[in-house]
Amino acid sequence: MDKAGAALKLTELFGEYDAVGVIHSIVVELSKYIIIILFAIYTWHCFTVFMGKNEERKDVIYKRQNKIMFGIHFICSLVLFLNSLDWTVIAFYLAQLALLIFVNKAYLYVYRNASKLVLNNMLMLLMIGFVMIGRISQGYMVRQMIFAGIICVLGLFIPLLIEKAAYFDQFGKVYAVLGILLLALVFVIGVERNGSRNWIKIGSFAMQPSEFVKILYVFFIAAFFSKSTSIKNVVKVGMIAAVHVLILVAEKDLGAALIYFITFLAILYVASGRAAYLFLGLGAGSAAAVGAYYLFTHVQKRVIAWRDPWSTIDTAGYQVAQALFAIGTGGWFGMGLGEGLPTKIPVAESDFIFAAISEELGAFFAICLILVEISCFILFINIALRMTRRFYKLTALGLAVEYIFQVFLTIGGVIKFIPSTGVTLPLVSYGGSSVLSTVILFCIIQGLYILNCREVEEVERQPKRQQRR
Amino acid sequence: MRGSLRDSSADRRTGRGQYLPARQEKERVVERRRGNRQILMLTYCITIVFLCMAGFLVYFMVAQSQSVINNPYNKRQEVLAKKVTKGKILSADGKILAETKTDEDGKDSRFYPYRDMFCHIVGRTVNSMTGIEGKQGYPMLAAHINPLTQLANTFRGEKSPGDNVVTTLDTKLQKAAYEALGSQKGAIVALEPSTGKILAMVSKPAYDPNRVEQEWENLIRYPNEESALVNRATQGLYPPGSTFKILTAIEYIMENPDTYSKFHYDCSGTDSFSGNVINCYGKEQHGSLNLKMALAKSCNGAFAKIGTTLDITKFRKLTERFLFNKSLPVDFEYNKSKFSLTKDSNMGELTQTVMGQGKTMISPLENAMIVSAVANNGEMMVPYVVDHVESDAGRKVTEYHPKSQGKVIDEWVAKKMNKLMQSVVTSGTGYSLSSLPYEIAGKTGSAEFDSEGNSHAWFVGFAPADKPKIAVSIVVEGAGTGSQYAVPIAKKMFGQYLGE
Repeated sequence: MDKAGAALKLTELFGEYDAVGVIHSIVVELSKYIIIILFAIYTWHCFTVFMGKNEERKDVIYKRQNKIMFGIHFICSLVLFLNSLDWTVIAFYLAQLALLIFVNKAYLYVYRNASKLVLNNMLMLLMIGFVMIGRISQGYMVRQMIFAGIICVLGLFIPLLIEKAAYFDQFGKVYAVLGILLLALVFVIGVERNGSRNWIKIGSFAMQPSEFVKILYVFFIAAFFSKSTSIKNVVKVGMIAAVHVLILVAEKDLGAALIYFITFLAILYVASGRAAYLFLGLGAGSAAAVGAYYLFTHVQKRVIAWRDPWSTIDTAGYQVAQALFAIGTGGWFGMGLGEGLPTKIPVAESDFIFAAISEELGAFFAICLILVEISCFILFINIALRMTRRFYKLTALGLAVEYIFQVFLTIGGVIKFIPSTGVTLPLVSYGGSSVLSTVILFCIIQGLYILNCREVEEVERQPKRQQRR
Repeated sequence: MRGSLRDSSADRRTGRGQYLPARQEKERVVERRRGNRQILMLTYCITIVFLCMAGFLVYFMVAQSQSVINNPYNKRQEVLAKKVTKGKILSADGKILAETKTDEDGKDSRFYPYRDMFCHIVGRTVNSMTGIEGKQGYPMLAAHINPLTQLANTFRGEKSPGDNVVTTLDTKLQKAAYEALGSQKGAIVALEPSTGKILAMVSKPAYDPNRVEQEWENLIRYPNEESALVNRATQGLYPPGSTFKILTAIEYIMENPDTYSKFHYDCSGTDSFSGNVINCYGKEQHGSLNLKMALAKSCNGAFAKIGTTLDITKFRKLTERFLFNKSLPVDFEYNKSKFSLTKDSNMGELTQTVMGQGKTMISPLENAMIVSAVANNGEMMVPYVVDHVESDAGRKVTEYHPKSQGKVIDEWVAKKMNKLMQSVVTSGTGYSLSSLPYEIAGKTGSAEFDSEGNSHAWFVGFAPADKPKIAVSIVVEGAGTGSQYAVPIAKKMFGQYLGE
């Protein structure tokens, strides 16, 4: 039967119908379930890949995860294309595909000994971000792609950099001074966005110093604590860390201030081995939080919006309420990509992207996303556990805690588990600074691990050479 | 998950480092392991927090999301309406109260066959969502039909039919109440005392929900004597007048369980309490009265006297058990009834309040809940109007069950009050109801709202008194006495619901 005959037969069967419309609604409807199933399989592998020691099997699983990632990317892009019948969607799809394939290949080469699962997760999160940001605004997505592309290329050189500077732990004071100066720069050339004065603008390029300083900050604390955790040193480092945190509080960047604070406590606890520091710090932190609540109206607003967004739905509670509408209306399986109203949520492309994802891709997908984030964290921790040099261990741990605590703040804030603090979901949210710093964070952890392996091998090789002589 | 946390490299590398001097190797391992216990502790804590967070999301989806998304600020109804034709709102007797009609251009609009008769309780979708339309919008946009049928609909480019909301409303009773109120302003609520089902709810003036767009300017005109958009049955607050004597009598019985039957008062049409003069209606002299006849004749002097003996703190607690000054556990717009008497209030306010004047304000719904509690042996049921949601094929999707607000008064007090309220009909202000072939309990009220003696006409009551099936609360604004203007409406409603 020829094409015209098939069309005629279809018309007989179903009457006059809009072919694209029908294909579209079927694809959208089916894709919801397929995407969730694929992502669930991916998530499952994130946790089960470590069962058993068979390296070949692991490689098979990593490749499968890769295929799943590309599969989800293809389906999502197809739906986005059918939504608009706009050929630029295809062009962007191909560009993203090229970027993802390039990063995948290049990183497998450069980070040869590193965890492939970390790489898979990084690509998966970036991909979800591309799809969701592209669905909300193509302009944002293009910018995101450019930033991700640049930083992924630069990330290839991080292992080299780390290798060249094996004395990273010697510059504790430099990190501290540089970090504080960069943070304070906001007071000089800062601009205010979404109620926080935490952006600096140079020409048309805006960036968030706190995103970059958080890496220097971990270096600084790890450098000091890897040498000594004497009371004197703890007090000194604590004071300098407090300066960081207080600058962030003054910028009204509460999320970053919390992340910095918790990271300090975590590194201190591991470095000193004393739980007392942890409890003391958490106690002081809680007291400070209560104090902040009474001192600052913007803190009160966030707490009110958290406790009861419904009675302040016109003002403070609007954003959280819209996020909950999105998640609730989306249901377990989502409205389908392009079928919801994520643009009703203020800053859906950035701080509240989790709500947009849950609305259109479903709560099941969102829960899998939470699990993938945990998987990333556990992998980082796994790397920290294997580190021999104190400085590496503390750095890896600090970065891991920074990462996961940020995820906690953003997702918890969106689903009304905790008050919203306005931080991004790393790699997924739109935001140049956020993507840059997160990719760097991923690269440093991986790079440190490679370096650690090499050092171990060096130490092991030396006696061998001696024996040969 | 544990596997990933194990320090697996340790074993492998030890194997390879066998050439190392044992001491050096040991030091390295110790160095590597230092702090790992703490790292693991942190990891466990953080993982637990994350699992709690995922659990919270699951809890939100299961337990809260349905009620959360039913919010007029959630603009996603239009999105859902592209795939599903919004379902119908049906009465308990199967009549259509609201449905979606599609015009030739494929544009949907809601149609209300009964026009203004159910406008407040059923609500509207134009210019903000109200009533059942507002609260059940999302359930009506879900289509619980066969997935294959749904797929076939998608193929044909047709929408699937949404679920229908079946209410507890009785169209015949609603019609009787609507017609009995006629062109007067006022409100009527009818409940089933044993369940809290709302059988009828009328508020006048009403508006035609089919013509909201055309009439809108007129409806929101200010100042607006009509206030047709307001649901007087739940949002209107009126002085309760003599209907409040029910609560005064209940409190008196509870405080004097052994001696209330010996209450005695000689009415001369007017009396004075610490200089505050209390007159009976038309200064009528009721003569020698016990509690039963004081209620039946609605003697103001007798109740003012009762009031002076009451423990005001306890009385206040009683009114709060009946949900004065409290949020009502209902799923529609309402205003809180107010009771402001405290033990520091002066004698003037006290004597006025106990006979239903003073500052007390009550909604017709609240008054219906009070008599329903008396009718239901002291147990107050939460009023509800949605019985269940069913798919287009008639399969039940969500069912709503009666909910108790708890025993607000003891059973024996309720039974006694039931008897006292029957005397209002057999030998008091509600006498014209005695022609009906079953016992009726009730109380009239004429609530003065200005200094010229104009009053709202009230009647609250239930029937049959021995096994109540319906409780009503009727207020006619500015009409005059309850027995003259509210009782005839009650008679028509009882007649319609229970037979004449």
